[in-house]
Amino acid sequence: MKTADQKNTGLYESRREHDACGIGAVVNISGRREHRIIELGKEILLNLQHRGAAGSDEATVDGAGILFQIPDEFFRQEAQRLQFSLPPADRYGLAMLFAPKDDQLRKKCEQILENAIIHYGMEVIGYRDVPGRPDCLGDLARAVEPRIRQLFIDGSGKKGASLEKLLFLSRKRAEKIVSQNLGPEAADFYIPSMSSRTICYKGMFLAPQLFGYYPDLSDERMVSGLAIVHQRYSTNTFPNWRLAQPFRCIGHNGEINTLSGNINRMRAHEMNLACADLGNDLSDLKPVIAEGLSDSASFDNVLELLIQAGRSLPHAIMMMIPEAFGPSYHISADKRAFYEYHAAIMEPWDGPAAMVFTDGRLVGGTLDRNGLRPARYIVTTDGLVILASEVGVIEFPPKQIQQKGRLQPGKMFLVDTREGRIVLDNEIKSKIARQKPYRRWLEQNRIELRGLFHISRAAPADPNTISQRLRIFGYTREELRMIQAPMAVNAQEPVGSMGTDTPLAALSDKSKPLFNYFKQLFAQVTNPPIDPLREGLVMSLMSFVGKQRNLLDETPAHCRQLKLPHPILTDEDVERLKSVQRGDFQVASIPILFDANRGDAAASLRDGLDQMLNAAVKEIQAGASLIIISDRQASPTQAPIPSLLATAALHQGLLRKKLRAEAGIVIESGEPREVMHFALLCGYGANAVNPYLAYEALNELQRRGDINPEIDPEQLVENYIAAVKKGILKTMSKMGISTLRSYHGAQLFEALGLNQEVIDNYFTGTSSRVGGIGLDVIAREAITRHQQAYSLRTLAQVDIDYGGEYHFRSDGERHLWNPQTVANLQLAARYNDKQAYQKFSQQINEQTQRLCTLRGLFEFVPGKSVPLEQVEPIEEIVKRFFTGAMSHGSISKEAHETMAIAMNRLGGKSNTGEGGEDPDRYTPLENGDSLNCAIKQVASGRFGVTINYLSHANTLQIKMAQGAKPGEGGQLPGHKVTEEIARLRHSTPGVTLISPPPHHDIYSIEDLAQLIYDLKCSNPGVIVSVKLVSEVGVGTIAAGVAKGNADEVLISGHDGGTGASPLSSIKHAGVPWELGLAETQQTLVLNNLRDRIKVQVDGQIKTGRDVVIGALLGAEHFGFGTTALVTLGCVLLRKCHEGNCSVGIGTQNPQLRKRFAGKPEHLQQYLTFVAQEVRQIMAELGFRKFEEMVGQVERLSCKKAVEHWKGKGLDFSAIFTPPDTTDGRALRCLRPQTDPLKEHLDWKILEKSRAALEQKQNTAFQMPIRNVNRTVGTILSNHIVKQYGAQGLPDETLEITFTGTAGQSFGAFLAPGITLRIIGDGNDYLGKGLSGGRIIVQTPTDSIFEPHENIIVGNTLLYGATSGEVFINGLAGERFGVRNSGATAVVEGLGDHGCEYMTGGTVVILGQTGRNFAAGMSGGLAYVLDEHQLFDTLCNLDMVDLENVWQTEDKNLLYDLIGRHYRWTNSKRAWYILDNWPEMVGRFVKVMPIDYRKSLQRLKDREQRETEFTPATEEVFHHG
Amino acid sequence: MAKPNGFFEYKRQEVPHRSVDQRTGDYFEIDIPLPEEQIRQQAARCMDCGIPFCHGCGCPVLNQIPEFNDYVYQGRWREACAILHATNNFPEITGRICPAPCEASCTLNINEEPVLIRHIEYQIVERGFQEGWIQPIKAPTQTGKRVAIVGSGPAGLAAAQQLARAGHEVTVFEKEDRIGGLLRYGIPDFKLDKRILERRLDQLRAEGVRFRTDVVVGEDISGRYMKKMFDAICITMGAEAPRDLPVPGRGYENVFFAMDYLKQQNKINAGADIDPHDIISAKDKIVVVIGGGDTGSDCIGTARRQGAKEIYSFEILPEPPEKRPLDTPWPQWPRILRTSSSHEEGCQRRWCILTKRLSGMGVMVNELQGVQVQWSQTAKGWQMQEVPDTEFSMKVDLVLLALGFVHVEHGPLIKQFDLELDDKGNIKVNNYQTSSPKVFAAGDATQGASLVVHAIHAGRQAAKAIDKWLQ
Repeated sequence: MKTADQKNTGLYESRREHDACGIGAVVNISGRREHRIIELGKEILLNLQHRGAAGSDEATVDGAGILFQIPDEFFRQEAQRLQFSLPPADRYGLAMLFAPKDDQLRKKCEQILENAIIHYGMEVIGYRDVPGRPDCLGDLARAVEPRIRQLFIDGSGKKGASLEKLLFLSRKRAEKIVSQNLGPEAADFYIPSMSSRTICYKGMFLAPQLFGYYPDLSDERMVSGLAIVHQRYSTNTFPNWRLAQPFRCIGHNGEINTLSGNINRMRAHEMNLACADLGNDLSDLKPVIAEGLSDSASFDNVLELLIQAGRSLPHAIMMMIPEAFGPSYHISADKRAFYEYHAAIMEPWDGPAAMVFTDGRLVGGTLDRNGLRPARYIVTTDGLVILASEVGVIEFPPKQIQQKGRLQPGKMFLVDTREGRIVLDNEIKSKIARQKPYRRWLEQNRIELRGLFHISRAAPADPNTISQRLRIFGYTREELRMIQAPMAVNAQEPVGSMGTDTPLAALSDKSKPLFNYFKQLFAQVTNPPIDPLREGLVMSLMSFVGKQRNLLDETPAHCRQLKLPHPILTDEDVERLKSVQRGDFQVASIPILFDANRGDAAASLRDGLDQMLNAAVKEIQAGASLIIISDRQASPTQAPIPSLLATAALHQGLLRKKLRAEAGIVIESGEPREVMHFALLCGYGANAVNPYLAYEALNELQRRGDINPEIDPEQLVENYIAAVKKGILKTMSKMGISTLRSYHGAQLFEALGLNQEVIDNYFTGTSSRVGGIGLDVIAREAITRHQQAYSLRTLAQVDIDYGGEYHFRSDGERHLWNPQTVANLQLAARYNDKQAYQKFSQQINEQTQRLCTLRGLFEFVPGKSVPLEQVEPIEEIVKRFFTGAMSHGSISKEAHETMAIAMNRLGGKSNTGEGGEDPDRYTPLENGDSLNCAIKQVASGRFGVTINYLSHANTLQIKMAQGAKPGEGGQLPGHKVTEEIARLRHSTPGVTLISPPPHHDIYSIEDLAQLIYDLKCSNPGVIVSVKLVSEVGVGTIAAGVAKGNADEVLISGHDGGTGASPLSSIKHAGVPWELGLAETQQTLVLNNLRDRIKVQVDGQIKTGRDVVIGALLGAEHFGFGTTALVTLGCVLLRKCHEGNCSVGIGTQNPQLRKRFAGKPEHLQQYLTFVAQEVRQIMAELGFRKFEEMVGQVERLSCKKAVEHWKGKGLDFSAIFTPPDTTDGRALRCLRPQTDPLKEHLDWKILEKSRAALEQKQNTAFQMPIRNVNRTVGTILSNHIVKQYGAQGLPDETLEITFTGTAGQSFGAFLAPGITLRIIGDGNDYLGKGLSGGRIIVQTPTDSIFEPHENIIVGNTLLYGATSGEVFINGLAGERFGVRNSGATAVVEGLGDHGCEYMTGGTVVILGQTGRNFAAGMSGGLAYVLDEHQLFDTLCNLDMVDLENVWQTEDKNLLYDLIGRHYRWTNSKRAWYILDNWPEMVGRFVKVMPIDYRKSLQRLKDREQRETEFTPATEEVFHHG
Repeated sequence: MAKPNGFFEYKRQEVPHRSVDQRTGDYFEIDIPLPEEQIRQQAARCMDCGIPFCHGCGCPVLNQIPEFNDYVYQGRWREACAILHATNNFPEITGRICPAPCEASCTLNINEEPVLIRHIEYQIVERGFQEGWIQPIKAPTQTGKRVAIVGSGPAGLAAAQQLARAGHEVTVFEKEDRIGGLLRYGIPDFKLDKRILERRLDQLRAEGVRFRTDVVVGEDISGRYMKKMFDAICITMGAEAPRDLPVPGRGYENVFFAMDYLKQQNKINAGADIDPHDIISAKDKIVVVIGGGDTGSDCIGTARRQGAKEIYSFEILPEPPEKRPLDTPWPQWPRILRTSSSHEEGCQRRWCILTKRLSGMGVMVNELQGVQVQWSQTAKGWQMQEVPDTEFSMKVDLVLLALGFVHVEHGPLIKQFDLELDDKGNIKVNNYQTSSPKVFAAGDATQGASLVVHAIHAGRQAAKAIDKWLQ
């Protein structure tokens, strides 16, 4: 059921919508029912409002709701009033109905529901119209307001679980019949709840509206012992009441990334579903997941099924959101077995999640394995538990709070209202883990490869066979040497640089593997990517393969499957598998070949696929639990079916035949060799892959001498597999997915250049938005390779072709950057050579022969031309240009500054990139030139992001992703961190700098809104821009960005440049900007959000034609990256990652930097040419002002003359679909975003701090604070650095004490001279970007709990802090001190991933730490009080060493810091430690990063050597 | 690229020559190959560029330069040799006499010395012959088609080899007594030892190419007959019509075209018996070579070896700058002053000299009158003007005209095959197909006089076109 209101149009797809939110739960532990619970629910919602978002009509928001126990008394009285009577409490059910407004239609729906109720033997009692006050609604919400009714159902004597089952069945039946019989017409019909226990009130509300709209909720008779509440933030603003949460069992904050795989797997399960308790006929329950639901709603559907079929609520949650149980986790053997057993039954629903759930008796919460959503709880002395995304949503006097806690990654928290107690994670889980002998079942039934009998090694193929096979599968010399060999030698995927500039597979003249028609999807904004290196402990490639059994049952046979530690099989593994024939585990082999010589290639291929599928069906029916499909038998007459097509066809075919759960699929193919290939095969249904030819190729490479002959061949295979595994983990993590089990079949790719028929038949559900080739061309490409392999090579020709995909070759793949274009562009820019520019632009634009890009196929629709002189002048147009984000670090100082000068002269903007900026550049040069970059980037590493940096920006750009490696982090190896770079990035020379894949303060859209808010506080009036990368769904993300109050959104193409990225990411992630930009424009206009945000675009933009196409598709500003570098001398050596740029751009080597020959004039000249070309096109098209062009997509059409054998199937109508603007809505930005800072607490603070600010007088005062007061102290800091510069005020000039709970980002970017003290507690991101100030969080003196056992601050503290101090008198959450590069902190305990990516500063922990401490920590120091001497089991030892604290220096430092902690916070624990110093000091462990130690040593040595006049930079350079 | 900062670590090392004294006493080659260790260092300087301009912009035969450089660096000579021969039939020739546009467009040439590509090529192929890796490559099956090649210069030989390897029966016709065309008689032995050529011809013979020397197609054998006998004919007869010097006194007997002069010395070196009366010798003479190009330079080297008293080189154009000027920026072929080994051997180079008249006694010239000119850029392009009062005259005993070539020889062959010519007087082709059916043409005969490497490329391409046409 799609939403009736907004169909998919153009590039917009409703299923790409995302939401995230605030959640909460209130419960009386004793179960006592009272109206206060509802009131508290209301209060939570009111104080989480900032986590929601408003749409174009600011009164309409994304939805809010409350779920609670049915107040029997209230409804009994209401029933009486309505003149019907109710059976005793808990013997009747109550349905909440959203019904169509149309009476007839409503009646039809209700009739169906009534029939369903009767079908299941219950009776209908009567309806109650729920009173509603539509006047409080926004226009959009009111327009689609449903009729809201409640239906009372007589359980006919049934009660409890059995009544719930009947209600569930009849609801499912009704939903199914309504959808089948009435279709989309009745899409408004929706049953938010139907239960004898709980009821849900929800709708398209902002929190206050929920309670205004439903007077019921304010009725004192509304009593409940528990409630869960939800506030939604959606990327869209299309009104839809049903998407509001909570659902029937859950409220979810987060996003399920693996949804499509989960849905497919659920379909596969449907065949086998059986449950005696639910009756024999389960047809009413299928499909289990209704179509077109959101991720959370789908989750709810499955959870409900599992519960109704008899599993307990916590058990079902543990199946669906299992915690990580890898080797780094110390968990009980039974629990581990429980999870492993269930891994054979169900895959995780993977993605960041904070989930609150209830069945009317239990209320619980859980977090995903990585803890990516916040959830804090408090327990009060009067038996109340409040759980919410933030702490402080309800105020209590300190002495009423018994406990403050948080949900921990993978952990569950449960209140059992019947037993009247809190049940802790361990207790819940151990009970469930032991309810069946899972461990024994597993030991006796799982099948492991090494358990199968051994088989001798197959004889290696001879060189000729190998080289022929290499040709059949289209291997190239380039690939073998640049990808395969390095993978086998280094066990790593190779790295490259600069963007891709070759044609899309569908436009290439060469025959391309089918893999190349797909692009990886990646997480941006709505959920975070994972760091597969530093946070790999949560990830897993383990899976079970074989026959799956009834999901609703548990038997030992359920785990009678093959357990694979990872999906890459060696030849020996496959041999072993093939020889297995056991009664209950049989293996069948099926060829995947097709007749290469038949006239009709498409038919031949189709037949081959059919034969494969039929054979598989036959084998499965004969009992096979594992199907191996193989192309080993390829011959001169039989060509291999592309492995991806075969896999996908088999997977989808078996799904359709409802047999997919019966057997696993293993593919044995010569084709897969790159990481992308394996990821695709797994993503489209392969359980395991044997890349036999990739292994053989390694033998051959070694024989030829490309691989060192001394390496053991088995080691090579092992390394290669290791590289593939890492690559798969990386690809999964880009999407934020932790386990292969949930990635399997999840289809997280976008197709580019495949027609709908191919998609529907084999890649069902994948987005493919511009059409493309069909089965005929796929067949032709496979046959071309096959023929080339068997036809005679011209003599003296090398046996394998070069390829030329990565490096230009004359006879290889075409490149936009080639000798001619580079030479002409440089000529034009340097010598002001108009002709050369024209040649350049002609070569780039001349598309008929060189179809490299989608836009190459576009044509302008002619218009009435205007004289050139009437067109806006060049000087105005160049202001719309900016240069790409390139850090000083990835490029040299000279290149970086040259670009800044050029852009400042033109009035355009240059971008700092992610690397900070030298404050000296803020002062203009004598000749008037300015080196100050107008755009300052804020990326995940937060290098050099200080309050001073932020305050000097015109625009602050949040980099969510980068075209060349979206979803990935970066790394600047130590040897590139010169003294200069280290100074700008506030780090230590020689110490490796890591940019994490996610921004650790952006795990969802509301977090982004928070960061935008923070940045606006740091520099009031600044423009905030958000950089996204083009992929399917980017438009909806852009809409979310617009709603999050950003001023600009940048859509980057997949082909953007990079200083270093894995080659597979450069080539295979993201899509061209044409698609992303058009989708963004369409979605923004559709949501009527376009008028308040500017749209920008970049990615291989080179000519005026590119700019005009961008403008017509909807962009206002245009970025130039690689092109700018080429004008300054870059010749695409593609060596940036090696730092050996011979023209002095991509290097820090002082000798090479001297060779830099670029001048600002070159770039200016080039951009002037571009602007001139823009003007000429504008004149031809008849536009006088640039802004008139923006969004005029009607002026684009597709080239009629596309006669390319592959390109002719492309269809751009979706790109060219103009959005409906008949109501006069805007196509471009017309107004600024609303000012979010009006109500900010800092304005009051500024008033009170006047004496300090103006006369540097010591000032101190007190204020109350609430969680809604966010980013306190940041506007203040901006004022200080603007006045006093980076050094701020003298220490302790201003001291402000707050009482209560601080909102998020407390003290963000706090400047020197300010001390902020909270007496109470704080939320997430406290001390973010701390820039010299001091923050103290102190437990109130009248608190009754032990501070060091209670959480008083949230997650991700001190993220990117550069200097300053923090003292925390209690526990902190996950990721404390992440990317800290200079701040000092003392804290009494913290959660997982402490001090992650830290590069400097000192952290002292006076208590427990979670797992994975010091992951990616390359600098700084940490001292941990290790009372149990088990800290080393929690610490990630990859980059650090642990030492004892024995040196006087250390002892003194530690003593001093703890002493100060005591002085600032009055910490009892600090006092205890100091009091017992000699004994306690011995229990401290010092965490010392290895790199850091080396660097410190080097610095020390240097000091001695400096007397000998050795330049330091060189020294740093040659080490590392 | 095996050595990421090789370019930074090692400097370019030029190939040393035998000393002037030693080499001017004989006609042997003058290069002294670098030892292996050094050549591998030179190869290590290659950066394996993302865009190898050497390959994609400089080299007409599209040699996979970064790949063979890497192989040489790694000491994998055999693979280097294979990759080199995949694109170039005669690397031993280009490795010696190619002006190396690849090096001009090498990305290192932007701000330092380029990779020593040509000499690396030379070393690879010499190693290949030494080790016996370069063996005849016989076509596994014969097509039964017969192809004639007219002219055995680099274009003809490349076409012949490619076609023979594709299984066609190839016959090469040469008007001279020996095979090789310009390679045989146009290039002096001190630049290309003819044994090098023989070595390669042996391979061609073994691959089945038949050679017919002393046959002038169009005279000794008619075009009509050729067309009957062969399924395809490829004309690779070069552009041999020399540009003349139309001045008074041109007709004296001791004024020669450079090519006649050079050919004779090559024949003498090869042991030909030439009537002493016909011998053109520079011994003890004052020699003026008019034309400052490569052929002129070859004349200088030859005259020096013959024992000339004084040698002058006159060029009408101005002296190019030492460093790459703005008008030919990288990666273009730079207009710079090039000093060849022959120049080093002793001659006076003069620029902006216009020869006005030759005068003499009887049939022999003994005086040259010239004038200084200057060039200025006008709307119509570059214009030349005589500089007043700069007329001079000098004594001269031998005048050699090295003014280049105008076009293909318009002999009977052109008529018999009924070949259409282009504006410049060369054979007009469309993808190597001439206006006459079955007849193809390539090399200088179609494009005018150019580099050997262009001829090889054209021969290969023509072979491809012919092969396709024959199918």
